[in-house]
Amino acid sequence: MATNKHIIHGIFGDEVPMMEAIKKLRASGIRIKDVFSPMPVHGLDSLIGLPRTRIAICAFIYGLTGLGLATLMMWYMMISDWPNDVGGKPNWQYYFNIPAFIPITFESTVFCAAHGMALTYFLRCWLIPGAKAKNPDPRTTDDKFLVYLDLNDDQAKKAEIILTENGAEEVNQIKSYVVEPKYILEETH
Amino acid sequence: MNTEKLNFIFPSKAKLTAFIFMAVGLISIIAMFLTDHVEGDANYHLNRAWSNVFAGSFFFMALSLAAAFFLGLQYAAESGWSTTIKRIIEAVTMYLPWGLSFMMLLFILGQMHVHHIYHWMADGIATPGNVHYDKIIADKMGYFGASWWIRTILYMVGWYWFTMKLRKNSLDADKLDIDINNSYHWKNIKLGAWFMVLFAVTSSTASWDWLMSIDTHWFSTLFGWYIFSGMWISALVAITILLVWLKKIGYMEFVTESTVHDMGKWMFAISFLWTYLYFSQFMLIWYADIPEEVVYFQTRWESYKALMWTVFFVNFAFPMVMLMSRDCKRNFFFLMFVGTIIFIGHYLDLIMIVMPGTVGNHWTGLSWMEFGTFFFFLGIFIYVVLNALSKAPLLVKNHPFLQESLHHST
Repeated sequence: MATNKHIIHGIFGDEVPMMEAIKKLRASGIRIKDVFSPMPVHGLDSLIGLPRTRIAICAFIYGLTGLGLATLMMWYMMISDWPNDVGGKPNWQYYFNIPAFIPITFESTVFCAAHGMALTYFLRCWLIPGAKAKNPDPRTTDDKFLVYLDLNDDQAKKAEIILTENGAEEVNQIKSYVVEPKYILEETH
Repeated sequence: MNTEKLNFIFPSKAKLTAFIFMAVGLISIIAMFLTDHVEGDANYHLNRAWSNVFAGSFFFMALSLAAAFFLGLQYAAESGWSTTIKRIIEAVTMYLPWGLSFMMLLFILGQMHVHHIYHWMADGIATPGNVHYDKIIADKMGYFGASWWIRTILYMVGWYWFTMKLRKNSLDADKLDIDINNSYHWKNIKLGAWFMVLFAVTSSTASWDWLMSIDTHWFSTLFGWYIFSGMWISALVAITILLVWLKKIGYMEFVTESTVHDMGKWMFAISFLWTYLYFSQFMLIWYADIPEEVVYFQTRWESYKALMWTVFFVNFAFPMVMLMSRDCKRNFFFLMFVGTIIFIGHYLDLIMIVMPGTVGNHWTGLSWMEFGTFFFFLGIFIYVVLNALSKAPLLVKNHPFLQESLHHST
């Protein structure tokens, strides 16, 4: 059986009623697809049920890469290719002069971790030069908060009531479409 | 909110533990003074025993001072997250008068030549022709001697005044039903900001005067920051352990998990600050290889090698690995465990700062003497801090950021 789906925009003027509305929506088993807001809102991530970010794992890997690159670079330059004698400290072994190599290792680790994280973030969010804004309503860049829902018939009715009761300034049904059964993924709440 | 749990009652078990620590510590201090001697060195007068007492006095004084700094920092930065744990920080600062008294007692005893921690305090050190005459120290006597005493008294009075005033304003604000203008809060912001200024200068100069002058010939400009970071991390650990312990026995329910997490972040971050400064001081001296500087690490490298490496790994690698993940910083057991280890690690760091200048090559490795003295001062510290904690409600009443802090989440 084909299912009707509705995309709903609930627009709020303040984040406090919006958070309340989201809590109620989640309590009645409605999945929040996304929230657009003009500023970061504390505690919103866990409220709409986003999983924890994995960027910390990326940072660790990029840091290790930076550490390895710096070590390799300094080993090649200072030990293998052209050993130096700096202030009575001959560079014949890497471990022997390791305190001198620590600052560059540290800087390279930080450099790679920071740039890697920033680039990952931009790519993951597709914030590349020339990218189109994915913002459904330009007012969310000014002073409005938008709750983006993508629901079937029953849930859409419930959601519209909850949104209106909790102080949504507008509840707009943007678009309805039909999904054939074979494309419906099992929804988990 | 459970109002019963807002007032901390000093548990008799904790009181007993504090007294046991004090008793054990006192016995080992007495035993230490009876047994500490070195055959065939006429210049060794209970040096290790006195140095241990000195280290114990300084460590806990410094950590309560750093707690006062941390409290002032929260005011000056107008931060909201820490409001719920403000009373814990205040309680830790209440040890400061005790710590300063111990320090003063030791300084007076030193001037009376009871102990020989400070080389420059020796008789006739600046008199040419005297057996004790030392040209290098004689040239530095403008900085030591009378001006050293004036500075020491100024630090003590200044720190004491600011700490007590911050506490008093905080308690006075509680007496009001409602503080409409946040008058006490504004007073404390000003106090906190001025204390930052005083602390920025005096934490550096006091560490030169009180610790660096043990190795009178030697000097390092980084030394003040190194000591500062060490006392700061010790204070943060003390606050975190106290917070976790209070939560475990049923108090501090209003402190959110995010605040505990933030304390974990502080512990992690300041461990790195300490490592950064420790390593910077070492590397610059190692690289430059100037005899008058390198002598400091030479003694440590020759006679204190095990301690040096222990301090470095316990205070750097251990917290880095253990506190890196978010889950660990929110786990009470981990915070308690890691905190205890690096607390001892930073005590050992101080032992490594003090001992080579006094005991020198007579060092035979860590023993019951160090731990006994540590427990004596720890006992007093626990007693004083928990006693101060039981004197005021655990949650401040009139603070503009109270609501923010109660709902703190990251």
